Amino acid sequence: MSEDTAAVAARERTPVVKDNGRGISALLASPAGRNTGLVVALVLLCLGGVVTAGDRFADVDNLLTILRLAAVIGVVSVGMTFVITGGGIDLSVGAIVALSSVWATTLATQGIANDTHWIVIVFTALVVGGACGLVNGTLIAYGRVVAFIATLASLAAARGLAEIISNRKTQIVNVPGFAAFFDASVLGVPVLVVIFAVVAAAGWVLLNRTTFGRRTFAVGGNPEAARLAGIDVRRHTVWLYTLLGLCCGLAAVMLIARTTTGSATHGGLYELDAIAAVVIGGTLLSGGRGTIAGTVFGVLIFTTLSNVFTLNNLSISAQAVAKGAIIVVAVLLQQRLARRSGA
Amino acid sequence: MPHKRTTRLIAALTLGVALTACTGNTPQNQGGGNQGGVRVANDEPGKKVVIGFSAPAADHGWMAAISNAAKAEAGKYSDVELRAVEGTNDVNLQISQVETFINDKVDAIVLLPFDGAALTPVALKAMKAGITVINVDRQFDSPFAARSTVLGDNYGMGVSAGTYVCERLKGKTDAVVAEIAGIDSLPLTQDRSKGFAEALAGCGLKVSNRVAAEFTVESGEKAAANLLQAARRIDAIWNHDDDQGVGVTAAIKNSGRSEFFMVGGAGSANVMREIKADNGPHKATVIYPSTQGADGIRLARLAVQNKSLGDLVEVEVPRQVQLYAPVVTKDNVDRYLPTAFES
Repeated sequence: MSEDTAAVAARERTPVVKDNGRGISALLASPAGRNTGLVVALVLLCLGGVVTAGDRFADVDNLLTILRLAAVIGVVSVGMTFVITGGGIDLSVGAIVALSSVWATTLATQGIANDTHWIVIVFTALVVGGACGLVNGTLIAYGRVVAFIATLASLAAARGLAEIISNRKTQIVNVPGFAAFFDASVLGVPVLVVIFAVVAAAGWVLLNRTTFGRRTFAVGGNPEAARLAGIDVRRHTVWLYTLLGLCCGLAAVMLIARTTTGSATHGGLYELDAIAAVVIGGTLLSGGRGTIAGTVFGVLIFTTLSNVFTLNNLSISAQAVAKGAIIVVAVLLQQRLARRSGA
Repeated sequence: MPHKRTTRLIAALTLGVALTACTGNTPQNQGGGNQGGVRVANDEPGKKVVIGFSAPAADHGWMAAISNAAKAEAGKYSDVELRAVEGTNDVNLQISQVETFINDKVDAIVLLPFDGAALTPVALKAMKAGITVINVDRQFDSPFAARSTVLGDNYGMGVSAGTYVCERLKGKTDAVVAEIAGIDSLPLTQDRSKGFAEALAGCGLKVSNRVAAEFTVESGEKAAANLLQAARRIDAIWNHDDDQGVGVTAAIKNSGRSEFFMVGGAGSANVMREIKADNGPHKATVIYPSTQGADGIRLARLAVQNKSLGDLVEVEVPRQVQLYAPVVTKDNVDRYLPTAFES
């Protein structure tokens, strides 16, 4: 599905004749094929759900439950896809979600929102998230701090700041109209799910159909070559992290709507969930190759897994083990495919 | 070399089996239920009740005991079907667990929310769907979100501990009383400290040294080591939590000091065993019942079956049940040990 330069280049280098006798692996190595693998995994999971839980799984209400659960982490994961495709990583997303949720629900913010419009809450969360991303990006691009370290620092600092602002208390939202808007449904689809769908679609267009997207692949694949090709790599890196920050702000709004609260404990370990979804989706951790569709499937696989486990009374601990196993299998498969397509 | 390989395989298998065996941690006997096996009229099987149960992650002994006791309690009733989803500290996931219960049209939900305020909207949704919601330990912020609430008594814990310290230090007006609190910013910690200070004031004592830990063994060790450095002579210590108390006891052992006695909090089985054997610093502990979830299960069953609460005249299940925080000493420890939790 994704225009993925590395794979395209690889295919161009490999004479077609060489694919003789390994049609399946060639198919799997193609971008569409990689998604086929994910679809198969998702279908298998759903079959597992139907077999073990029957009507309780195959039910519209249950489907909406899965999608609502996927929506918040899904928005973060779409942003994460950009940063990882661009050769970076962001460990601070959970903390940024927490900070945005807290900042957007302080008594001061709610006071202004009460006097004007609830959109102030959304605006505040987006600005805080975006600003955090901007700081991350600037530190990494212009301060030359390794992304892992810079965002590790943000992880600690942002959550600490969230605790200071909220005084570790849970802030309840009482702004009229806010909860009503996000609780509503459009043609039976909850607004949160609509937001996720819109973000995913916009992300796909941005990554695959615009200059910004092509630059992202270039910067992630080979920053030196990108620089020589006239791309301002540093400025582009700042943009990528800011974009992810905005996604975190939006996720915070969705979490506030879902819980009617802002809290410094929101978004715990979202960084791992988001990175896991992106990686099993087929985006290369080393950058240069990324797929939004794969990420969406990755998120859906994990949330469906949660749902099937919940329906069957299985423990969260066993679920964590299954999650780990899925990640390892996905990455092993990816490496294999990468090696073959590169051969 | 097949022989050697077989040997290796056997060795690996043996090791695997041995390791698997080592993960066994099941306690011999989880208490709870009617002490002495008294059967009352309410225990007679009635209409079938499907109960959904959700609690935060079992990351410390008390929380693990909450889930275990609830499951054990449900197992005692032939008319109760428990759907226990295992704990999570991610509010987004816990909300989706409750949504699953609503989709399943369970009769009742027993919910110990990770964050009371954050789970309020989904609890309201469940109540609106006609499901009996029993709120345990951490309160919702809307009175409409639960049919009934089971609570411990944090303020009462402080009062009980303070009163016991007063009794033991009778007449010693210059006594040095120290306090090792839990996470200081939590309202429950503030309530406990308030009760303790007010009870001490009743006999002319005050807290001379106060440190705060974080409910974990490691933090308890650190806080106690600092406290012992800071105070040359101590007559009594109240430690808020027996899980962190494992670390506190370790620090006391390391220091070799024994001029004081110690009062625990929450009521773990190993502290009670120490009180019974009288071989450590603990001479008493005050209980914060880990059987609240189990009581929630019972209340849910009674409410759905339209039964009243045993010995009360009132026809309906009460709106709120607050449990008592008794002092456990060598004299009465046998009464409380069966329902104590393993940390």
